[in-house]
Amino acid sequence: MSCVEQMKYKLYLERTSFKDAREYIEKNSEEVYYVDPGYKIFKDYYIIGVPPVAMGVRGKEMLFTYVKPCHGTFVMGIDSEEEIARLRERETEKLKASLKGGPKTKAKPAPSSFSDIWKQ
Amino acid sequence: MTEGKKALLVMGCPEVPVQMSIVLYLSHKLGKAGYDVTVAGTDAAVKLLKVSDPESYYVQKTVDLDQLIADIVEKKIDFDLCFTFMHSDAGMTYGATFSAISRAKLYAVVFGKNAEELAETIDYPAEKIVAKATHNPNPLKNKIDKVVL
Repeated sequence: MSCVEQMKYKLYLERTSFKDAREYIEKNSEEVYYVDPGYKIFKDYYIIGVPPVAMGVRGKEMLFTYVKPCHGTFVMGIDSEEEIARLRERETEKLKASLKGGPKTKAKPAPSSFSDIWKQ
Repeated sequence: MTEGKKALLVMGCPEVPVQMSIVLYLSHKLGKAGYDVTVAGTDAAVKLLKVSDPESYYVQKTVDLDQLIADIVEKKIDFDLCFTFMHSDAGMTYGATFSAISRAKLYAVVFGKNAEELAETIDYPAEKIVAKATHNPNPLKNKIDKVVL
């Protein structure tokens, strides 16, 4: 049993499909982040899912999908400022990495004469 | 050459009878072909397996499904082949997870009453082995036999 089941949680959808659970999170969260399957939350839960796996933030609550082989997918909500901060931090890192890895635009030298302006 | 290669069989919910017989059959077949086979499942599925194969003739290694996922994500273990058994949306979702976390060649073994519809929802890289089988394992066994290992 995962640590998640021993925490104080709320269930928003039960025994549904993964697609419906993802849509619920996307429609009912103030912020939505996407993670890969295997993303670790809390002490020992590795997210099961079909990419892109949506994680939602609503106030202090994190919404996420929880999949059980015999019972389908659940949408759970657990208050966790730490996990929400991790999601936001991860998003910032991703953004920074994409800016660093983006196409390099070489700054053009300023025109030194009137004819150079027309060449540009 | 399959010596030293590792195969993983991931059981889904054990409520459809054909799953257990095909897991035992495939494990035996892979073992004979030289693969080191591990079977993963929920506690209930692993118990069913152990009662069906009390002397570990067909399956020598079993592992808890959640622990296995943790170990693959943490790069403690991985496999060359992975067969994920599924007859429901949850099983399909587990298959997607293995497709994302493991470098193994993935086979989606799809069975049950809605096998064809379920197979259509698989949009991750996997070779699909599909048979509308619930009680009679032969349609699925015949499809498994056609897979070149």
